[in-house]
Amino acid sequence: MTDRQATADQPQTTAWAAALDRRDRTWWGDAAARVAVLVGGVSAILFIGAICVFIASQGFGLAFGKLDWGEFLFGRRWEPTVEPPTYGALPLIAGTCWITGVAMLVAVPLAFGAAVYVGEFARGRQREWLKILIELLAAIPSVVWGVIGLHVMKPIIQDVFGVHVGLNVLNAGIILGLMAAPIVTTIAEDALKAVPDAYREAAEALGATRWQVVWRVVLPHARPGLSAAVLLGIGRAFGETIAVLMASGHRLMVPQSVFDSAATITATIAAELGEAAHGGEHYQVLFVLGLLLFAITFGINLLADWIVRGRRPRA
Amino acid sequence: MTGTTPTFAPTGHERRSLTVQQLVRLSFLAVTLLLVVPALLILGVLVVRGSPGWTWEFFTALPRDNGAAGGIWLPLLGTLWLTAGALLLSLPLGVAAAIYLSEYARDNWLTRTIQVAIVNLAGVPSIVHALFGVGAFVHFLQFGKSILAASCTLAVMTLPVVIVATRESLQAVPRAFREACWSLGATRWQTIWRVVLPNSGSGILTGLILVVCRAVGETAPIMFTGAVFFRPLVPDSVFDKTMALSLHLYTVSTQLNNVPPHLPFAVALLLIVVVLALNAVAIGFRMRLRGRKRW
Repeated sequence: MTDRQATADQPQTTAWAAALDRRDRTWWGDAAARVAVLVGGVSAILFIGAICVFIASQGFGLAFGKLDWGEFLFGRRWEPTVEPPTYGALPLIAGTCWITGVAMLVAVPLAFGAAVYVGEFARGRQREWLKILIELLAAIPSVVWGVIGLHVMKPIIQDVFGVHVGLNVLNAGIILGLMAAPIVTTIAEDALKAVPDAYREAAEALGATRWQVVWRVVLPHARPGLSAAVLLGIGRAFGETIAVLMASGHRLMVPQSVFDSAATITATIAAELGEAAHGGEHYQVLFVLGLLLFAITFGINLLADWIVRGRRPRA
Repeated sequence: MTGTTPTFAPTGHERRSLTVQQLVRLSFLAVTLLLVVPALLILGVLVVRGSPGWTWEFFTALPRDNGAAGGIWLPLLGTLWLTAGALLLSLPLGVAAAIYLSEYARDNWLTRTIQVAIVNLAGVPSIVHALFGVGAFVHFLQFGKSILAASCTLAVMTLPVVIVATRESLQAVPRAFREACWSLGATRWQTIWRVVLPNSGSGILTGLILVVCRAVGETAPIMFTGAVFFRPLVPDSVFDKTMALSLHLYTVSTQLNNVPPHLPFAVALLLIVVVLALNAVAIGFRMRLRGRKRW
């Protein structure tokens, strides 16, 4: 486009330049492909944009109208089917925070340890195998994790801690932690890999052992990337639905300890979407919860992006 | 120092730091194993408790008693339908979008905004996509609860992932390849078709397989848009409802009481075998890719 305009602007357009501008089959093929890619690409992008618009349009009516935000954020009673319905989402928010917190307590130490070992200590075949096994962990579908929580973790927790309720914050937290750990590991390992080798060589030339190199040089330099890894792990953990629904016990109360059952935002949407009448207030309030999830995800992703990008001068 | 000590004998300090180094290495190995062992344990539990359920009837009979008895092939078929439908929609659109963003679009604020939005959407919880699917496909477009609506929902869910994975593999092809091709007089599309795509093919394929894995394993987005707990009929058209493997697993482990104890494990084992087989293919592709890369 611009090339041809540029030539047109110049008065001394030569004959050979005009001869180059031939519209043969190749040219039309290129033009057709461009249009096809453009149409496909733009429609995909519009599709994606439509999600945001649609969720917003369904939720906004209630969110900026009837909904009492004070009650929504701090009310302790989530009773959408009782008359009159109350929409106090505090139990859901608290449950989400508790379970995500436990999950991170499980995931972050394991993931960072694994990332350091795989990235800095392990070599050759051992390293390949560890990476494949960690990927295996990431490949297990969420509903299978739910079955593990329901049939394997529940009796273990009941026996080990002597509690009656085996489906609780601890159970869901451990499950989610193991689910989030592979992602945190991968991103953390990338962050370690991004530290230039020259830094390691310089430290080793000064006589530092590998551990000293890791502790004093690599980890401090990789800190932004590691924080981003934690944030994205949080994003993964709190967005999980089916596994949490199966393992948390789904009790709509603010949990007091890790041995209480709890409910999360995602699990509540999953449990109630089937029974909420289309277009009704209950249906709309679920979309408000969806908006909340959307907003938190975007916040976490943008924060992670800012941490990684903002601290380092862009090339 | 006396003359008998070798010149390079470690001092006490050096010996101590080497001991610390060994201890640290071992403890990191232990932490890594703590992460890896559960994966193997889970597999072991599924195999030990699920494999008694893998009988001839399990694979060939129709489901009975709301899914508590009978076979598995109908949900498996449903999962196949849903995944194929989702891929049919998200593959062309997603690859086109990735080619557009990587090869055609200029690097301005709009492109960057779109890219940030896509990366963000790849991380949105799947239940939000379920909300979108119910609102947009089931009710607004009036598809009803159907294979079509569920496939569309899965497609929308996987679209950002397809775009991100494809774009990354396209960008991994060095710019010099394109420039060499252009300088020979090839058009932009000829360059993409003959040079860029063949050189990023395995990467795209790897990404796609992982997308398929995700689509196969997802439960939340399909359980409100087209998958049902129990329907012992082969779907005739895309407007029929269907059973699905992941939802079937959810049903037999939470919704029914009279389930034989091995059944959830047998279904879970099947689901995981499908997913792991796909993953093994992806890992194989990546190894081949890494072995062939010369730049």
